[in-house]
Amino acid sequence: MSEQAIRERMSGNEAVAEAIRQVNPDVMPAFPITPSTEIPQMVSTFIANGKVDTEFIPVESEHSAMSAAIGSEAAGARTMTATSSAGLALMWEELLLAASNRLPIALTLVNRTLSGPININCDHSDGMGARDTGWIQIYAENNQEAYDNYIQAFPIAEDKRVHLPIMICQDGFITSHAVENISLLPDAPVKEFVGTYEPEEFLLNPGKPIAVGPYSISAYAMEAKKAQAEAMENAREVILEVAERFEKMSGRKYGFFESYRLEDADYAMVIMGSAAGTAKQAVDELREQGMKVGILKIRVFRPFPEKEIAEALKNCKAVAIMDRTESYNGNCGPLGSEVTAGLYRNKVFLEAICYTYGLAGRDFTTDSVKGIFDQLRTLVEEKKPIPHNQYIGLRTRK
Amino acid sequence: MKETLEIRWHGRGGQGAKTAALLLADVAFMTGKNVQGFPEYGPERMGAPITAFNRISEKPIRVHSNIYEPDYVAVVDETLLKSVHVTDGLSKDGAIIINTPKSAEEVRGDLAGYEGRVITIDARGISEETLGKNFPNTPMLAAVVAVTGVMKKEDFFKQMEDSFAHKFAKKPQVIEGNMKALKMAYMVAQKA
Amino acid sequence: MRTDVTKINEQTPYEDLTEGLMMFAPGTAKEFKTGEWRTNTPVFLKEKCKQCLLCVPVCPDGSIPYKDGKRLDFDYDHCKGCGICFKNCPFGAIEMREGCEAPDAANTSGEGVKEGQA
Repeated sequence: MSEQAIRERMSGNEAVAEAIRQVNPDVMPAFPITPSTEIPQMVSTFIANGKVDTEFIPVESEHSAMSAAIGSEAAGARTMTATSSAGLALMWEELLLAASNRLPIALTLVNRTLSGPININCDHSDGMGARDTGWIQIYAENNQEAYDNYIQAFPIAEDKRVHLPIMICQDGFITSHAVENISLLPDAPVKEFVGTYEPEEFLLNPGKPIAVGPYSISAYAMEAKKAQAEAMENAREVILEVAERFEKMSGRKYGFFESYRLEDADYAMVIMGSAAGTAKQAVDELREQGMKVGILKIRVFRPFPEKEIAEALKNCKAVAIMDRTESYNGNCGPLGSEVTAGLYRNKVFLEAICYTYGLAGRDFTTDSVKGIFDQLRTLVEEKKPIPHNQYIGLRTRK
Repeated sequence: MKETLEIRWHGRGGQGAKTAALLLADVAFMTGKNVQGFPEYGPERMGAPITAFNRISEKPIRVHSNIYEPDYVAVVDETLLKSVHVTDGLSKDGAIIINTPKSAEEVRGDLAGYEGRVITIDARGISEETLGKNFPNTPMLAAVVAVTGVMKKEDFFKQMEDSFAHKFAKKPQVIEGNMKALKMAYMVAQKA
Repeated sequence: MRTDVTKINEQTPYEDLTEGLMMFAPGTAKEFKTGEWRTNTPVFLKEKCKQCLLCVPVCPDGSIPYKDGKRLDFDYDHCKGCGICFKNCPFGAIEMREGCEAPDAANTSGEGVKEGQA
């Protein structure tokens, strides 16, 4: 089927909007916020032009957007929304409810920093802030992956073994507003791939009344949370199954993460999002100079593939773990914490150095990547210590 | 031509430097290239200096950072020469293309000792002559294509004609003027 | 996924709970007898009652059944004994007694209605 691929060029936001057009979800409640504004805007245009029959609900805030999404999904409609930054923060309470009510809503997140200082550019603080809300989280390197991940979103979330909401993330401006080449799929196979939504239980089901989201006393709540956590565990196999099915349709392979020239690498970098592409370019250049380096690009952050990451890194001498968010915890960002914990639990012991980069749109270049690999090399070869959680590209006095 | 051609645009908010970068990405894409066109985003402030970028390559483009060592620089507004270091990192083997009625020698003094080629193009004059209005984007785009040689002249004109026909489907009367602006600018830049 | 939720209780293992604790039946609150929470118990004095029905809508638990425009005796399975009906009755037709014990139908002049609402 891949020979039917459509060669196009578009921004990341356009790519996601195109996927939404092809999926044609039932309901989209949304409130616009930079840099995701274009997505509801484009979907509204599709609706106005009769390209989709999605019901668009304009709401007065993101709190309402997610509330409406919960109501609509519980009613039995395939529901999606889009947001960024403070918009996601305002949804916070509802994010947890969507997950605990086991509603397979798809949210396309265009990553932007959380204030303050107030800023509209990219980092992962919004998505990372919502990392423990019970949503599946998948991150994209470019417009192609944002499109591909979106098409896989509903089949993952709506699977009986999962029934959890899913967040499809891409980097604000860096990919959302950059026009790049992309390979689109024809409408028919996409529609067939995603299928029609047929929930077993839903509110607008005459003769089969249900109640969603009841109060739960302590005697039940912990059990409910465990069941929800297990659904997140189940998502692992479903994500891989859906990726395999997607590969058959598109020819493009996806997993929990992408290993780039990692097999024989002495030094590795764990990174997520658009910066992974920059890192790959730097790796190619360093390989030409004879340095054995590789990239582990995380795609699925929730559920977190710690075992597989540890396995992939076990033969490296040192790894740089790159966080595009500040956790203000006196330690390091979430990737740093979770990757090192995963390495330790799986008894993979190597030098693991955490870095913070790209906050609020700070640029991250191939030179930044090369500098980090050089630090790893001097650490291993010259035993030169590296300070914990360095900021990349920061202005300092010295 | 090296593997990836990198171009940096300088303009002011509202002038369409971003649009020009996206247009260039568009035509390069149409001629079979891998492209990237993106602005450096921030608060939208009309008149404030802005930067936009293009990468054009035969191979897929993976880098997602701004461009610090461009092969070419395009300056849509000549008043920027006094306030922005437009030649920063610019390759000596490349060129800077500036929208101004002045000659290359007249503006060279504002280019921080840049030793490469300087091409000036009166995009405003061309636009006013052919379109009756100041739309410097189209002539600037043509000049950039002519100077960088990123695609064949015939392919470029053909793509632009198709794209204008699509864009101005409801006012075909402006297509001719736009094509005229394009060709005129291309010629001037090619000769420079 | 549809299960008989009345079979779920505080001994049910987590694997056997419904997804998101969804309830697959309407009106399940009725199954939950709250009457034993009472520390005071209202008593319906039928002979003083003018059937003005002011007591019915103020009951927070819907525990005053009525039929054909007339209230019946309290639903003691669910009445928590808050006394709001007693405060609202203009005719002294409701009396509060200490304790949880529901009065015998014989000891009051009310028409005993133990189950359900009209």
